[in-house]
Order: sequence, then structure tokens, then C-alpha cells
Amino acid sequence: MSAEPTAETLSRPPTTSGEAVAVHGVTRRFGDVVALDDVSLDVGPGEIVGLLGPNGAGKSTLLSLVSGQRRPDTGTVRLFGGDPRDARSRTRLGVTPQETGLPPTLRVGEVADFVGGHFPDPVPTPELLEQFGLTDLARKQTGALSGGQKRRLAIALSLVGRPRVVLLDEPTTGLDVSARQALWDAIRQYHAGGGTVLLTSHYLEEVQALARRVVVIDRGAVRADDSLDAVLRRVALRRVVLTAPADLSTWAGVVRSRPVDGAPPERQELFTPDADVLVRDLVVSDVEFRDLEIRGASLEEAFAEMVAPESTPESTPESSPSIEGAVR
Amino acid sequence: MTTTTPAATPVVGPVRLTWLHLRFQFLETVRIPMAVLGNMLFPALAMFFFVVPQREVAENPAWATMAVAGLSFFAVCSASLFTYGLGVAEDRQLPFDPFVRSLPAGPGPRMVARIVNGAVFALFGLVPLVLVAWLFTSASVTGSQLLAGTGMILLGSVPFVLLGMAVGYSLTAKAALPVVQVILFPLAFAGGLFLPPMMFPPWLDAISQATPTRAGRDLLVQALTGEPAYGLAWPVLLGWTVLFAALAVGAYRRDEGRRFR
Repeated sequence: MSAEPTAETLSRPPTTSGEAVAVHGVTRRFGDVVALDDVSLDVGPGEIVGLLGPNGAGKSTLLSLVSGQRRPDTGTVRLFGGDPRDARSRTRLGVTPQETGLPPTLRVGEVADFVGGHFPDPVPTPELLEQFGLTDLARKQTGALSGGQKRRLAIALSLVGRPRVVLLDEPTTGLDVSARQALWDAIRQYHAGGGTVLLTSHYLEEVQALARRVVVIDRGAVRADDSLDAVLRRVALRRVVLTAPADLSTWAGVVRSRPVDGAPPERQELFTPDADVLVRDLVVSDVEFRDLEIRGASLEEAFAEMVAPESTPESTPESSPSIEGAVR
Repeated sequence: MTTTTPAATPVVGPVRLTWLHLRFQFLETVRIPMAVLGNMLFPALAMFFFVVPQREVAENPAWATMAVAGLSFFAVCSASLFTYGLGVAEDRQLPFDPFVRSLPAGPGPRMVARIVNGAVFALFGLVPLVLVAWLFTSASVTGSQLLAGTGMILLGSVPFVLLGMAVGYSLTAKAALPVVQVILFPLAFAGGLFLPPMMFPPWLDAISQATPTRAGRDLLVQALTGEPAYGLAWPVLLGWTVLFAALAVGAYRRDEGRRFR
């Protein structure tokens, strides 16, 4: 992290309306599907907030409300105190287009000119392209760009209007490590200059690299809203797989367990915040086990833990409902 | 170019935004040359194969001019309905569309730019048609009649642009295509764009006079030849324009994009 939150807050005093983004009691339905259920979220100027959640959790719907593309069924959404559906409120907002959404026949420079032309004081296109290493591609049609180049352009487009808030929807999904690092640096640089960032991701790693504060969304509701460290402690589980005759699901430190699909019943999958402690305990207690495997739990696996059991019937992405239900 | 708002936020003025969208849409249209060519060739070919060989029409200045008027108006109606009906429906399915909607501009500049862009390409499409008519038929107009005709054809296309938008913002591209065809051909026939309305039986003529195609065609003929249109032509054209405008605005408001995840 290159940014210092205290310095930013000093250099850019809060606006009179306070929050950069204020979402209060918002519900949005699409037919029978409740995409957001009574969601509230405030983002102060200069904050960098990660919206974390599995695919389909409601993250993008929330961003589309903040960017004025949709209206909430109930509740209010405010951008610097204004209604984001009013075009004037959006002059200080930057949004990334989806990578696949660039008009394929237009050239890189033309798209930057077009988007920049909507803002009163845009970054001049040559300067913008230079900053994102796109200068050589200025005359190339966007349809001919690689995935990484499209992402770079998408993020450049979100910053062309010198916004005070940017919404980044899955900014680096599917990029290789170096491309991802370069974009993360650009986002950090923007934030260091006082910008407010609201980004979504279903990768813990990305949120971890950028955000200070993390809001966990699942099935349309906010499940956690806390500092990065606090959320990491809750979702950064280790997955321990081993074969043992004894049922270890109630062992101390095991937050959740399930049998492994297609394996004998002694094969167990345990989720724990600290795999070292668990394994040491098992060894010390002389528990018989073999074929030990340990890796970090995916976010989906971690979410199965965070989601309140009284909500709807189980549908964890990586396991069949029946098995989930049986274990619980 | 900036205006003061309650929040004292400078914004880009609507004229500059419209110009920006127009340039962008024009570029997008020209980058697909087949679409432009097809639009330019079809009316000229129709003229060449259906009007030029009929010497009694082609050699009669009034009839030939009327035929040009009918085909021109058909070309413009068809371009409007297809460009807006299909074009808007296709655009809505592109992920770039919600992004453009998040930029600080209301729907106005984009819609106006669409209409102007459509008009520009519709007029391009008429150039070969007028050339064929000028070279191979006795159709003739004075300079001022040509100017009046051009203005009239643009005015007459407005309800079709709006109808196209209403279709485009209501339906998917797959559904928009047949709907546009189902709307266009009966309207074109009933409006006398293919066969002159003098050949219609009285009952068909009565229906015909209530259609926007007939009203537009007759007003265009009036502009080009001086032969007066029927009395209700303007009210009919205006009535349809108001109705289609209401449909288009309603469809735009209802449309909040198709994807939500």
C-alpha cells in the first residue's frame, strides 16, 4: 500500500454532504429475484473499499445503482449528496466499462476522446494513453486488443474525467500477474491522490491488495463491513483434507466440515482458521489420520461459513445442496 | 460551454455532448462499409429495375417524380426503422451501453445524435437514387423544390425514427427484426410508396390516408411537384409523431438494461 489515509483526508477535506457514496436501505428486485435486500453502505471521501462476494451476490447491481444506471425499488442512493440518476451528479464519477463492452470498430484514441468529452476537465487523451502504456495502440481498433490491453483501457477510461469516486467492477479478473500488478499500481496512485475507490471482486487476493475496508455481500445482503484484517480473519480459512476413521467435524478449531465427494466416508474436508494448530493438535492427541492435504479455502468456501444458516436453502457453489444440508 | 447548477458542478453543454455523440456514432457507422453501401444501393436499384423499364412512367415527368418520391420515402422509412429498431436493440445488448449511460450525460444528446446520424445516412442513401432518376427518367425538380423535398423527407422520417426507437428499446434484436419488417411493408404498401394511391380502391384509399406513410408521401409529392396533399396530411403526420414519441420515451424509461449481475 503506497497510500496514507491520514495524509489524504487532510489534503482533501470532506464535501459538505459528507459521504462520497451513501446507500441507505436499498432494495432492488428483478422479477422474483431479490438482487439487493435492504442494503446500506456509506463510503467517505478518500476511502478505498472492496466489495467482496461470490458471483451473483449483488455487487454489480449495487454498482449500477451508484452509477445511476438503475433506480432502487426502495431506499436512497446518493453520490456526493446528489441523485446519481441526474447526469450532473455523475461528473465526479468514473466507471469502468466491461472488458467485452468496448465498441470493437473504434480506435483506442477515439474511445478515450469520446469518454473524455463528457467531462468538463478531462485528462488529455495522449497523456492518459501514456500513463497506461497505451500510446502505441492509440490507432488500433479496440476489437484487436488483447484482454490485458482492454482492461488497461477500461481502467484508463474510468479515470479520464478526473473523477473523485471510481467504481471498478472486477478490475483485473483474468489477467496475468504482471498486468494485474501494473493496474493495481494505477489504482493505488489514483487513491493516493485523494480519490475514492469502490471496487468489486470475487477474488480475495485483489481486495487484499487494494482495499482498507471490506464489505462482504452475499445473496443481496451485507454480511460484514469491517477493516481488511478483521474480514480476512473471518474468511481466510484453511482447507484441510485427510482420511481418518474418527469424525473430526466437532474438533476444536474446525468451523465447518463435509465429506469429500466420491471418496470413502472417512475422507473428510475440514475448514479452520489455523491449519497448523489443528494438525499439531491432531498429532499430539494421537488421532489416526493419513493423506493430509492443506490449502487456502476459496472465497466461496469461506462464504459458506459466513452466510447465516437461517437464510434460504443451501446452494454453495462448490458442493451439492444435499451434502451441505446433511453435514449441517 | 458550462452552466451553473445548484451544486455549482461544471458540466459539458448539451450541444457539445450531442456533437460528441454524433461524431462517435458516425464513425461507428462508417466503419462497417457494407451497411452503408447496402443502404445506398437498395433504393437506386429498386428505381432502376421497377421504374426505369416502365417507359410510360419514366417518361412522364410528374409520374416519374412521384415514383422517386415514393421510393425515397420508403428508403428513408426503412432506414429509420431498421437503424433505430434494430440498431438500438443491438446496442442495448452490448455491455458498452450501460457504461455510456453512466457517463455524465442524459439520454437527450445520444438520442438527438442518433436522429441526426440516421438522417445523414438516409440522405446519403438517396444520392444514388436521385442520380438514377435524373439520368434515366424524366423526373425533374427545380432547385427550390429539391430543397423543400429534402426538408420534407427529413420531417416525414421523424415519426419512423421514433417508432424505430420504441421498438428498439422494447425488444431484443432478434425480436426487433421481424417486428420492423411486419410494420414496414404493410405501411409502405398502404401508404402508396410502391404503387401510386390513385390506383387504390376507395376503401383502401381511406385507410391509406390515415397512415403516416401516406401523409409523408403526399406531403413530399407536394413539396417536389406542387400537387397539393390531402387536407388531413399534416394532422395525421403530427398525430403519429406524438404517439410514437410517447411510445419511444416510455420504452426508454422502462428499459434499464437487460443484465443485472
